[in-house]
Amino acid sequence: MIARRPLTYSLLALAAMTLLSGPVAAQTPPLVFTAIPDQDETRLTERFSAYAKYFEAKLGVPVKYLPVKSYPAAVTAFTNNQVQFAWFGGFTGVQAVRAVPASQTLAQGAEDAAFTSVMIANTATQLKPSTELPKAIEGLTFTFGARASTSGRVFPEHFLRQAFPGKTPEQIFSRVGFSGDHSRTLQLVQSGAFQVGVMDSIVWKSEIKAGNVDPKQVSVIWESPPFPDYHWVARGDLDKVYGAGFTQKVQDTILGISDPALLAIFARSKFIPAKNEDYKVIEDVATLVGLFNQ
Amino acid sequence: MRMTYTSVSSLLLVSAILSAGIADIAITALHPWHEMRRLLLGILHPDLRAIELWSVVWTVSFAVLGVGIAAAIGLGLAIVYGQSRLVRIVCTVLRSVHELFWALLLIQIYGLGATTGILAIALPYTGVFAKVFAEMIDEADLSAEQVLPHGTSALSAFAYVRLPELAGRFKTYTLYRLECGLRSTLVLGFIGLPTIGFHLESYFKQGNYPQAAALLGVFYILIGTRRLWARPPTLPLLILASLFLLPPAIGGGSAFDNLVRFLGHDIIPAPLLNGAITSWSTWVGLGGWFMPILKHQIVPGLINTLVVSQIAMVAMAVLALVLFPLVSQRFAGPVGQIAGRFGLVVVRSTPEYMLAYVLLQLVGPSMLPAVIALSLHNGGIVGYLMGRHADALEYRLDAPRGLNLYAYEAVPRLYGQFLAYVLYRWEIIVRESAIFGILGVTTLGYYVDAAISELRFDVAVVLIVATVLLSAAIDQVSRRLRQGLRLATLPTRLAEEPTDQTARPVLRQA
Repeated sequence: MIARRPLTYSLLALAAMTLLSGPVAAQTPPLVFTAIPDQDETRLTERFSAYAKYFEAKLGVPVKYLPVKSYPAAVTAFTNNQVQFAWFGGFTGVQAVRAVPASQTLAQGAEDAAFTSVMIANTATQLKPSTELPKAIEGLTFTFGARASTSGRVFPEHFLRQAFPGKTPEQIFSRVGFSGDHSRTLQLVQSGAFQVGVMDSIVWKSEIKAGNVDPKQVSVIWESPPFPDYHWVARGDLDKVYGAGFTQKVQDTILGISDPALLAIFARSKFIPAKNEDYKVIEDVATLVGLFNQ
Repeated sequence: MRMTYTSVSSLLLVSAILSAGIADIAITALHPWHEMRRLLLGILHPDLRAIELWSVVWTVSFAVLGVGIAAAIGLGLAIVYGQSRLVRIVCTVLRSVHELFWALLLIQIYGLGATTGILAIALPYTGVFAKVFAEMIDEADLSAEQVLPHGTSALSAFAYVRLPELAGRFKTYTLYRLECGLRSTLVLGFIGLPTIGFHLESYFKQGNYPQAAALLGVFYILIGTRRLWARPPTLPLLILASLFLLPPAIGGGSAFDNLVRFLGHDIIPAPLLNGAITSWSTWVGLGGWFMPILKHQIVPGLINTLVVSQIAMVAMAVLALVLFPLVSQRFAGPVGQIAGRFGLVVVRSTPEYMLAYVLLQLVGPSMLPAVIALSLHNGGIVGYLMGRHADALEYRLDAPRGLNLYAYEAVPRLYGQFLAYVLYRWEIIVRESAIFGILGVTTLGYYVDAAISELRFDVAVVLIVATVLLSAAIDQVSRRLRQGLRLATLPTRLAEEPTDQTARPVLRQA
């Protein structure tokens, strides 16, 4: 009979299995972390399992890495308690701290205290480098990076609004795009799909090193003033779940990273302590730009 | 205006021309060839080492379980579909939300993992299965019902009369839907679920084309060989294997807590969260919250979605008319048929999103990449179907050949069927156009993407409701037009075998 009514039986089997397979009871939950994907998204698990191993050895609890594809996905995983600590961008870190009560900023890269963006232009625009934000970009086509990127969107938009008072980016430029990430911004400006774009200065430098920049097609026309960026944030309930002092232990572990191979994964020279207040400026700017409700 | 093939065709054409007048269409890329050359070289030299076996397994298991659950529940709902208005509304809502949006919402509750992946397929597909199974039940031959004893219950009548009649069609349709499910699970990878799409999008975005080509190749093979590995006898094994091979959950988090937070906080409009429900000013605040969303997001998003879809629909129709002789044995010979099969697998398995992504580089940012991608994908499918119909027609022995056969016999005889396909795919195009928002085309999906990036789920939900209303409206208009043209009984689904059902044209009455 089974052979004659395979579909019906399969569906019955499926229904039965769905009912039987309840949620598996969890014991001490493993510690999970993630990192926002800002440039090389391939082989994420491979690269970050080195970190998982390091954390596991130092913290004495099982540590896992959850790969995510987008900035908001990283924040959601943190809000959902699917991950307990994470490497965020400036803005996403602030989003995370606002979403989960008592979350703590643990550390930032040495480079992140004074981070900058670079504005790049297709050479066909004949724009020249300048120290002031060049007014000649008005009316051209322009691309940001990811919508929730600090160096690819939040601060650049803030500086643009300062340079063109009373105007939104949509009013300054003839077309505004969000490329999704810094490397893609470079590609789009280099191909001329957009005339001007803005990206993370560290990614710009590493793209030059990797040979992905053709100076005949694209060049930097402006570097932004400094602002704080990437940082590690831990959930507020870490001590409650893993024991008193655990958050401190995680912070010490991050600050203790000295292996150049590990640091190279984040393109940082070392990690230094940071606290929530260091990122107050991002909250203010994001509110001005309209990304947070007043 | 009387509904005729001519009037409906002209109406659609005029809507597309008007849309083209206000559409944002521009070619801006200056030097796309450098990247295009790398893309072509990559496709010619696929890097097989990039294939992650587990992502292939999980693509199949999410699709099998999602489609399986949807088919089972859809079958149950189909029995009462005709009687219950509530069931019809629920099913319309379920299928009007794109699986990508379902996934974005489900991630808020279940996180990135198997539950989200399976449910994001199961929910919209349940709506589709219920509707399609219900249509099949309505179309079934009911002569056996005449001999049932008086007082037979509806359930018995269904089980003993309709089910035996319909089981074969249900089976074919379910297996065909599995193929759609595979394509959907691939796309879910783009937002972070661990399917082939996860790696494909990464490689693609980074310009690692040899790796991307290998993954896409695996996917074509998966779709192309579906008839070999997904058949009735292998189904129980497929389902069991899918259950046992699901990805392990990474990370905890309580789905219940998340659900409470999501429903009780995240999606409640901001003014209602902060103000007292009884206070008048709260409701004024709600109006002040909603009006800018309506004015600056919903209205422009709706207009742009329609503009993209109308142009894409007519471009698809023209493309299908041009393409179908190429895949018809009658016109192109046996070689044409093989080429047609192969072309169809490629054209319908390549996600429109990928096409648009390449085109964005090639022609620059505007609506153009979305329009081209939508019309190529759907035009390929309709063209293939039309080619099959052209071969199923009975021709006279002295029928003309070539262009004469095409213009004076094949197209006129198939035109009703052609319109049925075009009108049917209209809704699909509108639904799919949402996904291009994520690439920056300002359809409704663009604003959904923005709201989610800013963690404004209250806004995202309002926008998704707007997409549901639009899809449902287009579905209604399309159905009315098909009924008005007396095309409602013609096949529109890819899984149906073509027969010589030359549509009888609606005669103009003097």
